[in-house]
Amino acid sequence: MAYSKQVIDHYENPRNVGSFAKDDPSIGTGLVGAPSCGDVMKLQIKVSSDGIIEDAKFKTFGCGSAIASSSLTTEMLKGLNLNEALEIKNMEIVEELGLPPVKIHCSVLAEDAIKAAIKDYKEKNSL
Amino acid sequence: MTDNPKPIYLDYQATTPLDPRVLEAMLPHFQEKFGNPHSRNHFYGWEAEESTEKARGQIASLIGADPREIIFTSGATESNNLALKGIVDFYGHQKNHIITCVTEHKCILDTCRHLEQKGLKVTYLPVQANGIIDLNQLENTITNQTLLVSIMAVNNEIGVIQPLAEIGKICRRNGVFFHTDAAQAVGKIPLDMDKMNIDLLSISGHKVYGPKGIGALYVRRKPRVRVMAQVNGGGQERGMRSGTLSPALCVGLGEACSIAAQEMIQESARLLNLRTRFYDRILKELPEVYLNGDLEQRIPGNLNLSFAYVEGEGLMMGIKNLAVSSGSACTSASLEPSYVLRALGVSEDLAHTSLRLGFGRFTTEEEIEIAATSIIEAVKKLRSMSPLWEMAQEGIDIKNIQWAGH
Repeated sequence: MAYSKQVIDHYENPRNVGSFAKDDPSIGTGLVGAPSCGDVMKLQIKVSSDGIIEDAKFKTFGCGSAIASSSLTTEMLKGLNLNEALEIKNMEIVEELGLPPVKIHCSVLAEDAIKAAIKDYKEKNSL
Repeated sequence: MTDNPKPIYLDYQATTPLDPRVLEAMLPHFQEKFGNPHSRNHFYGWEAEESTEKARGQIASLIGADPREIIFTSGATESNNLALKGIVDFYGHQKNHIITCVTEHKCILDTCRHLEQKGLKVTYLPVQANGIIDLNQLENTITNQTLLVSIMAVNNEIGVIQPLAEIGKICRRNGVFFHTDAAQAVGKIPLDMDKMNIDLLSISGHKVYGPKGIGALYVRRKPRVRVMAQVNGGGQERGMRSGTLSPALCVGLGEACSIAAQEMIQESARLLNLRTRFYDRILKELPEVYLNGDLEQRIPGNLNLSFAYVEGEGLMMGIKNLAVSSGSACTSASLEPSYVLRALGVSEDLAHTSLRLGFGRFTTEEEIEIAATSIIEAVKKLRSMSPLWEMAQEGIDIKNIQWAGH
């Protein structure tokens, strides 16, 4: 399968790879997917006291499209408030990366990861 | 993309390049020697027939057979279809049971499914963790209704060699026909039809540095084995497979077999040396790499490795300078990880991390070193961004986590 330029760019130069301390109360962590399905995404957001996502990091086990979807997601998240972040739809990722139908599940996983990270942050801070 | 040099070819189980010596032998048959080998009445026909019969002899000689036992087909898929359906059509009214194995190529498994729909009973033997069948289990599975045992010689994904001579002995002792799909074995390991008690054997041209679009089926004459034709017509190939032969393709397969017969021993030693260097380097520089399939009972030109915590398709994207294949789900149309690896008991998460590396006649030492370097670098990079690797380093067992499947 031929990959789009955008996927190759994110795969070769992934943005925001890494981890935050997951016990830090300003951090929300989402871990989605399953090793047996061939993709696992860990997405972390760092939320400022006024509720803005000021930083995001990821680590992903998966194909090039899964890595690119998570890399792009970290970029999209920065500067958004939590409600805006929850509005991100997987189809935006599909369009931005030019994912073929067989790779749409990668974008769905990224959307799930955002929701999981925000849920974790809210639970930690009793919001 | 087009300015990049071509990737290093390490997928010799998918196909092999045509040996230039084979092409050389084929070329006259595309032009001046254009005759129909079945024309009995003039020079052009005789000339073409001489070529196809010489090729038949070259193929027979490689596997210790008589030329009259070689039936040309379009490839191993057709040979396998002809062997299984042909035997069932001829003898199916006497016995109605076939034994095969779960790691067979799709063309055997799919043909067996087809025969099951027609009322035949098929037993799919499991394999042991090393990919080899259990001979006791085979013998215990044979009943007085068993017509045929079809077990592949060499697996296309993991390169393991089944104990053909032992299987042959069991089959002969029990009066059961023995067919083997030898697409990956011909020219790679010594084969002898009589010593191994093989009744039917499928051959592929393009896995042995010959052309695509040609194969052969060995059908034993003494004691005689009969197969019902699946392609009807002019009665060529002793009535078992009608249709005009392509002398160019036949000559190509013959020449390929002849070269293999001469070079197999030295070539095997060379490949084993290359593979050992490659494998040793990988193991030295990367932890948590697992071999799929037996190391010893394996053709020298194959390795199948799982690089834990790195998904296969993602890895392949990081080694674009190499042409390899993966058992990862993402590389298959079905989104299921390799059924062969699953049959060995490889867990699904490790099956997703596998690469198949195929080395062959034109693989050089330099290519092996480049490949090892590329794979080591890519695995290190991808592990540094793998959440599973991170957990493993923290001592978390990923098997204890409640994953939400999707």
